[in-house]
Amino acid sequence: MNDKGKIIVGLIIFVAVFTFPFWYNHGSATQPPEPKLTDKAKKAEKCVEDTTYMRTEHMQILDEWRDTVTREDKRVYVNKSGKEYMASLSNTCMDCHSNKEDFCDKCHTYTSVDPYCWDCHTYPEEKK
Amino acid sequence: MDDSRRSFLKFAGISALGLGGVSILTGLKPGAVTAADTASEPLYKNTEKALTAERWGMVVDTRKLTRSLCDKMVAACHKTHNVPDLDNDRHTIKWLWTDGFEHIFPMKHDQYLAERLHGLPILSLCNQCNNPPCVQACPTQATFQREDGIVMMDFHRCIGCRFCMAACPYGSRSFNFRDPRPAIKEENPDFPTRMKGVVEKCNFCAERLAEGKMPACVEVSEGALVFGDLEDPNSEIRKVLRENYAIRRKQSLGTNPSVYYII
Repeated sequence: MNDKGKIIVGLIIFVAVFTFPFWYNHGSATQPPEPKLTDKAKKAEKCVEDTTYMRTEHMQILDEWRDTVTREDKRVYVNKSGKEYMASLSNTCMDCHSNKEDFCDKCHTYTSVDPYCWDCHTYPEEKK
Repeated sequence: MDDSRRSFLKFAGISALGLGGVSILTGLKPGAVTAADTASEPLYKNTEKALTAERWGMVVDTRKLTRSLCDKMVAACHKTHNVPDLDNDRHTIKWLWTDGFEHIFPMKHDQYLAERLHGLPILSLCNQCNNPPCVQACPTQATFQREDGIVMMDFHRCIGCRFCMAACPYGSRSFNFRDPRPAIKEENPDFPTRMKGVVEKCNFCAERLAEGKMPACVEVSEGALVFGDLEDPNSEIRKVLRENYAIRRKQSLGTNPSVYYII
């Protein structure tokens, strides 16, 4: 037990190095981006479901849509309050949220999520 | 404090009971929420004007085919579905195309064939077989058959293995060797494009049938194509087939195609 000093110094260095990312970045965290709505989306006030629900579940809805539309040939989505929408990313979602860069990409870039929807589905910018 | 094993076990038992009680209470809450939710679960249905059939089929009347009419039908199809126009023959994507009689019907090609059929462009497309070999070959079920007989592609699932292309005896499937987007002259925003590495083919305009419209090629065919329900004895397609002699491609293979040709 004569190496007490060395061990303690070593432990302090280890803890310091291990926690380096935490205290180095302390206070400099970026704010999560706020997606911009188009005028049309603002006017509609509500997406196919509630905003909070859409925020967390839109990917599940889109995943469901792609199966029901292509595989089951059911193309109309009736939401929880009974309103009907065509289940289509390009034609329904992008009709309202026509600002992909300001709406979709902002959060997707922030969270480093790179969906490959756009490899096939068009978004309005490309209509030009 | 009395640190006996007995008192420790007592304490542990009571704590476990307490925790269990809490978890039962909290466990009940989400259950109650989902029960209320199911009352208004979102559902899916089809549009009311959608065209339906027990088994979709098509009749191609070769007596009415001309080069310009075929070009028109191919153009209508390819424009509707964003089919790219690629220069390299090996990269060509085709949903609807024409070929000579001897290629479309290799088993019926006779030495002294009727004069009329020499050089006549015959329209060709996916046969939408009732016993589709491509569906059997597909390992991911990206190619599947719908209840109404349409053999569909789910591009989301296609892994580009091309087993279906090897299985199809009609060459009706094309592979995207390169990104098709730059080669699409006029993009139709209502229909998605495809990406590099997937197989594609004619889908009998399933997306148009869902809207109550006839397939794009039938719409501009000037009567050369008849589309309808093969299972319905009163449909126009059955009437046409009753009154004319029609053949199908490579029937001996047992794929049971849904596309008939009046010769």
